[in-house]
Amino acid sequence: MTELTTVEQILEKKSHPVTRDAEAAPTQDMHELLYELEAKGEIILQKVPEPYVEFTTKYGRKKKIPIEHTWHHKSCGHCGHIPGYASSILWLHRQFGLDYHDPTDQTSCTGWNYYASAASNAVGQASVMARNFAAAYETGYFPLIHCGTSFGHYKEIREQLVHHKELRDEVRRILDKMGKPLVIPEEIVHYSEWVYAMRQKFAERQLVDMSSITATVHPACHYYKIIAEDAIYDPEIYGGQRTAVVTAVLQELGINVADYSTWFDCCGFGFRHVLVQRDFTRSFAVLRKIEVMKNEANPDVTITHDTGCVTTLDKSQFAAKAHERKVGIPVLSDAQIAALAMGAHPFRVVQFHWHSTDWRPFLEKLGINWQKYWDEFQTDLDAIRAGTKSGITWQDADQPIKLTA
Amino acid sequence: MPTTLENWNPGKAENRHPDVTYEEKERLFLEIKNDIRYHDFLYGCYECGICVSACPSARFYDFSPRVIAQAVAREDVERVYDILTEDIWNCAQCFSCVRCPRQNNPGGLVTILREVSIKNGLQESKDALQGYSRVIYKVMLKGNQVSPDMLQPDFFPDWGPWVQNFSQNMHVWRKAIPMDSIRGLTDVAWRVERKTLLELYTIWFESGNMDIIKELDESLYDLLVDVMKEELEEG
Ligand code: SF4
Ligand code: SF4
Repeated sequence: MTELTTVEQILEKKSHPVTRDAEAAPTQDMHELLYELEAKGEIILQKVPEPYVEFTTKYGRKKKIPIEHTWHHKSCGHCGHIPGYASSILWLHRQFGLDYHDPTDQTSCTGWNYYASAASNAVGQASVMARNFAAAYETGYFPLIHCGTSFGHYKEIREQLVHHKELRDEVRRILDKMGKPLVIPEEIVHYSEWVYAMRQKFAERQLVDMSSITATVHPACHYYKIIAEDAIYDPEIYGGQRTAVVTAVLQELGINVADYSTWFDCCGFGFRHVLVQRDFTRSFAVLRKIEVMKNEANPDVTITHDTGCVTTLDKSQFAAKAHERKVGIPVLSDAQIAALAMGAHPFRVVQFHWHSTDWRPFLEKLGINWQKYWDEFQTDLDAIRAGTKSGITWQDADQPIKLTA
Repeated sequence: MPTTLENWNPGKAENRHPDVTYEEKERLFLEIKNDIRYHDFLYGCYECGICVSACPSARFYDFSPRVIAQAVAREDVERVYDILTEDIWNCAQCFSCVRCPRQNNPGGLVTILREVSIKNGLQESKDALQGYSRVIYKVMLKGNQVSPDMLQPDFFPDWGPWVQNFSQNMHVWRKAIPMDSIRGLTDVAWRVERKTLLELYTIWFESGNMDIIKELDESLYDLLVDVMKEELEEG
């Protein structure tokens, strides 16, 4: 007869960090299949460029994260509605003089639309991905995916392409019309994995002390739930039971990361819901995320690593005030807080003014005189309005500032 | 109505849509089953409900990923038709349900069901996507899903006075972004080259995507085809 497992035994087991053995992984290693397809001449496998760092993923396998020579696959939501998210990612690259390419030969992955409306199909979605990857390959730069949904969507499409020859053939037929080959990168890399890889470097050049700050983390669903095996885990972070990205970065910056019980819940974005059925989005974001964080951790800020999560968690808080819900947590991405820690201008780079939940108390707690930098930014805007300045450039934004001086 | 031997249909849902023939429901079911992803997303169901416990939509709607996985696994044609017409648009596509111990992907099944429903022009899906057409138009034509000029107070009143403030300052705020690929643009999220857009249009035509749009919304289809064809002809 099988021995019964007691609650104590389960708790004991859970109290130890999880280290996973790649040999015992429950899934086949995608890399092996990709190398096979490459050997058969079916695909071009774009290799991760040097220098890269290797990290452990959920089932104990290794994933290579490139440090530079990256092709920045932008996100619709970042660039359209939270531009400080994208500019912080690039600003961080620029601080270390890392070679990158910000392409205009890139379309949306169109995954947001697909998850919202299903008004596409597997061939269409795979072709959009393959066109973007071929465009990256043509430049010699390696894709770094800004959006969590693009990242998850592309990983799922990669699975489909690898397992279904008929899909590969169809996509190849369409790519032929554009004179493009079928290229799949050796790794599909999310920008937050790059931020994770760079965290010690950020901390070495940190200008703003963040030890007074408590933050909660919202791990983005499409980062670690879609093709779960490809997300980065570390036994040092949550005992290896949750993804290590974001949390490890905040800890490195000296921020106190506080836990809350609904960490696994989604933000409420819903893809279709956030655009045309926001009652669900607002309710879920406030009742299952923001209010729980407030009650259990009372953080100064919440940090996430995807487009929809920042927008949903931030913008949903206004209406909840009318219902006297406990709200009022500013929302930022890992890249934005890392840039701020390194002295990025709060408005020229981090672009706080695109965020609607009041971020002023957070900046004040950090000792940042936000008014001074806002006034400076207003001078920029006045010059733009007057036509004496065409816009903010990297020349205006690159220089780090001792924000707490 | 009491259950009798005559009306008892053991193991199958009742026919809640008698206006649609069983053959038509079977045809739709087979379309679902023949999707190349079907066998990657469904391996049977323990009926354990782990997916439901993780599902945000199950908390807010009368919606259950377990019921979906079960009905599809049992090939319950009537129940799957109910799901096609009543449930699929509630899913948030977060994929929290992939915690499934059976390695199912109920959210992925919903994606397939939605696709079949749209392709076959089910009215319930057209209704669910009312007001959404402008987004499809944007992403298919411009290569970006959203743009700053979509942030209008009329569309986002629940986002508070920030939207008003934003729309008054949009043009100048957009110029005050250091990235060359974004700076100054209000009708797209980033600058997409013309050549890139033509390639995207080629994909929409070649992949059968345009046929899906035609079934979903004929006037949107006409609008898209006009612009895309003209652009493609110009080359
Ligand atoms: S993908 Fe859909 S069914 Fe799955 S957990 Fe999310 S909302 Fe629920
Ligand atoms: S978690 Fe999986 S096995 Fe359990 S009810 Fe849901 S679909 Fe079925």
